[in-house]
Amino acid sequence: MAISFDKALGIHEDAIGLRSKRAEVIANNIANADTPNFQARDIDFKSVLQGVQGAQQNQAPLKMVNTNATHQDAVIHPDYAAELLFRTPTQPSVDGNTVDVQEEMARYTENALGYQASFDFINRKFKGLSSAIKGN
Amino acid sequence: MSLANIFNIAGSAMSAQTIRLNTTASNMANADSVSSSVGETYRARKPVFELQAPSLEQVTDTDTGLVPGQGVHVAGIVESQAPLRTAYEPSHPLADEKGYVHYPNVNVVEEMADMISASRSFQINAEIMNTAKQMVQRALTLGQ
Repeated sequence: MAISFDKALGIHEDAIGLRSKRAEVIANNIANADTPNFQARDIDFKSVLQGVQGAQQNQAPLKMVNTNATHQDAVIHPDYAAELLFRTPTQPSVDGNTVDVQEEMARYTENALGYQASFDFINRKFKGLSSAIKGN
Repeated sequence: MSLANIFNIAGSAMSAQTIRLNTTASNMANADSVSSSVGETYRARKPVFELQAPSLEQVTDTDTGLVPGQGVHVAGIVESQAPLRTAYEPSHPLADEKGYVHYPNVNVVEEMADMISASRSFQINAEIMNTAKQMVQRALTLGQ
């Protein structure tokens, strides 16, 4: 029986990639906490993960039609374009900035913990595979 | 790799906040720099922040997918257009022929608030960088 990494790692391989992308988006929000008119953004983790998994199960992801050979596939990856949403501010500020640093910090920390959890799962799977190979 | 980008993003924010701290320091230091003419008087300086647009490679690289921006960019430093404080001090060595001296339009209370805000933002971004560092270090231990 062949070892399939895809089957062994399961959802956590996609999750860890998404977690690191989400960390980038939230870090950008916090970095722009003092930028006038900056709008905080985030991804809908659940729906993107479902999209990624759907694509893996050979359900073709949403794609743009190229009517000209010079057209690019997309400026932003179509899988994620719709998922990079704007936040609704709880308290609008005078300068049009919608970043709530405390909330973003909480999300960033939670996201980092989710990353660690997914990482631990993957790590354990690898350890399991390696002990299966070594037979000890 | 997205995690590596966080260092650029948080780094740009830290650098922008440093510029903000520097202008605040300059404003505070010059809060009492009087002069005899309106043109020569020091005016409060403020940095203007803007979202740094992602680079072309980042936008066209389909793998990057989510590119909301790449941190903060200081678009420039502007001088405050608030009116200068003019005081009648005929005994002042720099007083003009009518006996007036001009004080900068630096609001010390506003500058203090700005300084605290900048220092907090700097700390938060340092914390973001620290967490990102832990995540990358974790990723490097995969399979160990």
